[in-house]
Amino acid sequence: MDPSRRAPRSAIDPVPKFRQVGFFTPGAPPERSQSGPPDPTHSTPVSDVSQSANSLSPVMIPPPRHLSDNLVIHARPTLASPLRADSLAGGGVSSFGDFFPAPMSPATPASSSYSSRMAAGEGSFFERHGGGGDKGNNAGKVASSFPRGGFDLTAMKKVSGIGGGGGGGSGVGVPASELTTVSVVNDSLAIHEKEKANRGGGSAVEVKDQSTGSKQQKPKTTKAERRALQESQRAAKAAAKAEGNKASGAATSVNAKPAKAAKPTPKVDNAAVAASEKKGGDCPPEKDRKKDVPQPRMQYDDKSRVEKAKRRAVVKQTEARNRVELFRHLPQYEHGSQLPDLESKFFHLDPVHPAVYKVGLQYLSGDICGANARCIAMFQAFQEAIKDYRVPPEKTLVRDLTAKIGSYVSFLNECRPISISMGNAIRFLKSRIAKLPLTLSESEAKVSLQSDIERFISEKIVLANKVIVKHAVTKIRDGDVLLTYGSSSAVEMILLHAHELGKQFRVVVVDSRPKLRGQLLLRRLLEKGLSCEYTHINAVSYIMHEVTRVFLGASSVLSNGTVFSRVGTACVAMVAHAFRVPVIVCCEAYKFHERVQLDSICSNELGDPDIISNVRGREDVKYLDGWANVENLQLLNLIYDATPSDYVSMIVTDYGMVPPTSVPVIVREYGREQVWI
Amino acid sequence: MWWRSASFILDRQQNDAALRPDTSSTITPPPPTESSSAMGLPTDHNPNISAYYQTRAAHHAVVTSDWLAQAQAAAVVAHDPPQSTSTADPDKPFSVIDVFNNWRRQPDLAEAVAAIRALAAVIRSSQASTMMQLEIELKKASDSLKAWDTTSISLTAGCDLFMRYVTRTSALEYEDFNSAKSRLIERAEKFGEISYKSRKIIAMLSQEFIFDGCTILVHGFSRVVFEVLKLAAQNKKLFRVFCTEGRPDRTGLRLSNELAKLDVPVKLVIDSAVAYTMDEVDMVFVGADGVVESGGIINMMGTYQIALVANSMNKPVYVAAESYKFARLYPLDQKDLAPALRPIDFGVPIPSKVEVERSARDYTPPQYLTLLFTDLGVLTPSVVSDELIQLYL
Repeated sequence: MDPSRRAPRSAIDPVPKFRQVGFFTPGAPPERSQSGPPDPTHSTPVSDVSQSANSLSPVMIPPPRHLSDNLVIHARPTLASPLRADSLAGGGVSSFGDFFPAPMSPATPASSSYSSRMAAGEGSFFERHGGGGDKGNNAGKVASSFPRGGFDLTAMKKVSGIGGGGGGGSGVGVPASELTTVSVVNDSLAIHEKEKANRGGGSAVEVKDQSTGSKQQKPKTTKAERRALQESQRAAKAAAKAEGNKASGAATSVNAKPAKAAKPTPKVDNAAVAASEKKGGDCPPEKDRKKDVPQPRMQYDDKSRVEKAKRRAVVKQTEARNRVELFRHLPQYEHGSQLPDLESKFFHLDPVHPAVYKVGLQYLSGDICGANARCIAMFQAFQEAIKDYRVPPEKTLVRDLTAKIGSYVSFLNECRPISISMGNAIRFLKSRIAKLPLTLSESEAKVSLQSDIERFISEKIVLANKVIVKHAVTKIRDGDVLLTYGSSSAVEMILLHAHELGKQFRVVVVDSRPKLRGQLLLRRLLEKGLSCEYTHINAVSYIMHEVTRVFLGASSVLSNGTVFSRVGTACVAMVAHAFRVPVIVCCEAYKFHERVQLDSICSNELGDPDIISNVRGREDVKYLDGWANVENLQLLNLIYDATPSDYVSMIVTDYGMVPPTSVPVIVREYGREQVWI
Repeated sequence: MWWRSASFILDRQQNDAALRPDTSSTITPPPPTESSSAMGLPTDHNPNISAYYQTRAAHHAVVTSDWLAQAQAAAVVAHDPPQSTSTADPDKPFSVIDVFNNWRRQPDLAEAVAAIRALAAVIRSSQASTMMQLEIELKKASDSLKAWDTTSISLTAGCDLFMRYVTRTSALEYEDFNSAKSRLIERAEKFGEISYKSRKIIAMLSQEFIFDGCTILVHGFSRVVFEVLKLAAQNKKLFRVFCTEGRPDRTGLRLSNELAKLDVPVKLVIDSAVAYTMDEVDMVFVGADGVVESGGIINMMGTYQIALVANSMNKPVYVAAESYKFARLYPLDQKDLAPALRPIDFGVPIPSKVEVERSARDYTPPQYLTLLFTDLGVLTPSVVSDELIQLYL
């Protein structure tokens, strides 16, 4: 945020512009931001919003989420905490984690030693990742000693305290929504605001009232009047809070917030402005940060935010230099350093359950890759964590566990950005936690959650794969030449099953550097006696003319039919389309997402650029040595790409064979069911 | 040269049939007529020849002489005296195929509707005493119907839909079996009724798309398309129709014949002249044997190339198809279908070394279709899969 940007904004102030984009509470007058008696009429639509917001996955783009969370939390006028918990369990808690800011992890996809460990990674597809000996290790400590989780809890308690505060709380909630909407409009500025809103929870709003509030005001009141009003309200609130107790969240976080925001990033001028306005107050330091599912998409070209995020991260990563201009918004780090660092920290990191930690390290090192394997590994680690979980005294399981899972997720996200399928799975788990009946005892709740996880894995992944195999095999005829790209577990099962059925066909495995995962697939196919051909993607147009079917896996399928998959898939699909070869995408329905994406730029993952700069086994090829010091050279190692639906003939899912145009139907008809099983 | 075909015989028979009271709108099965065997309608079928197309040929009346002879021979060889339903003849075991065959003989009745009515008869005559028994019986009947002719898409789809529509109801939770059963029968008859009326609904829906002065290209003989054109003519729309010849069974001739009776200006084009005439055409109207999950259609041979030509000249291709033709199939290409074979008369003897492509239908991918007129409404091809997902899942 440079001052030059701020200037136009204040210029706008006198003529308040009123543009609502995205979600906003219908008919909520902006004044409510200052003087909000809890209004039931507004809280109802709001909680609806939270339901939908709740359905956002961590990798998604959801501005409305935070606002709705705030709203849900603050809009509750009742005080009694058990009751509150009860009511929250209905609507809000599932998104509770969302309420807390994501530790904007400087996450790094690290794949330092994949090829050597490929086999291991593959083997672990269905393997259970038991916590092993360190299982009991943390069980006791969990409640008391983790810094992050601990903060979550206190924050949450305070938040509920605010709810008790009544008027103040709900007043805060509504403006939050407006802020978010505004922030959609003014891009970069807004990001800061939104971020702040997230960080400070509902209370961040207060800060923003100064700067943005005026913009949203209806033209009636003058700026001075509004400011006066705000000031008085704030004073009143502070007073009330002081009486209430030390921790009545809104006031504290209100005060803390600007300080916090100002300190790490002095550059952010509006934060600084806010800070100067209200210094002082007890700063509960990191209270409400770092909970929650990773924030949707952090724009990594936004320096100040990256700064902040880095300070919070468990995994210390150094940013890579000379990145490709078009992909600056994606995280990219120098690889190789984090793993030993993290490994050494293994015994010091209390908040993260060892099983989760282990999975995180495996993500980081690239031992576990592939959407299904990652998702299963994550869920099994969560299962372990839930098994060892104890509800800390004076906490409710629903909220505490949600926050805890959120912190695990953000840790995993630091290790490697969460994929869309994992996002869906996490969303499922959180909704299950939120839906736990309060009558369940702790152990019953834990058992039920573990069985839910078990069920998700077996129904949505294992069984789904079987159904997919059953459908896809009908499309393989004798004499076919099937082409596949990379290594997809579903495609592998299809090929093996077709072979078991005695169909006569040939397989062309197309592979690409740097991961060369096709070799893995190839080896397993050869073991079963299939006749195979292996080539690199460079030769795909040569080999395509003899191919009769192309089978591809997918990382996820988006609502416009776009297939998001390993980089190179789009190329294979396009070549196949040009040769009029049908392209069949095999993808479990849990990987479907309602997002729409048109290109592979805005959301993607960057791999280690070093890997593409040298050739394994060819020591003489080192023309790019020291490339990082060459100013005008940028290396791009993309992980995913997006295949437009035009190039896809059919998507095979657990609901049968559907055209890519039907993905939104499945998302609509079954997405809900998936969450609310 | 259509008069050289046997169509006039069948035309006459049809006229006779038209004189009879219209039994097809009622639920009573038609009396098995002796003429059915004379019509060449096979009661048993040669596995190499698609029964679906035999029925169509019989209904659509343009039959080549040697095919007629062949079919009659087949009918004589394997002809059982037509049985009446078990309701009339309690000694004989009830056979769904027989009922189906009886219904099928009605020229105006689609095969799927015949199957639906036959299945309704199964429920009616069932001696099952529990819901489960009835369901199993129904399942068996529908399986035997489907097995009777695996090449007919609408038959399979109609049976599946019937099972879905009829058995997926809260009726199954009634405590009293008899009331549940009567509810099922009611539903089955309603479904039969809906299916029967769907052609009229489609005709109504598609009227808006036929404008005065337009030229319509039609391919083959489709009862739905004919219904559409008939209604348009009755509504005093001014339009011109190009009929393709519709080789090998020349069903286009039949259509042009029918349209001429309605005083619609008709021009016959041979199948290979489609591209030649396409620039005069404003829209293409085709029926469908089946609508598949991708939104594409399976229809009489030649539809694909007409759609390709129309698409390349930016002419809209409209498909009229009843919703009971929606099938859970997903062909990836032309060969990805169970082939439906059909005898082809080339007029001259073909040397035995020469291979003949005898497939009766092709698959038109959805990207070449503009709209589908169905009794569910006017749909784009991609909605078909929507509807199928909702129907089946």
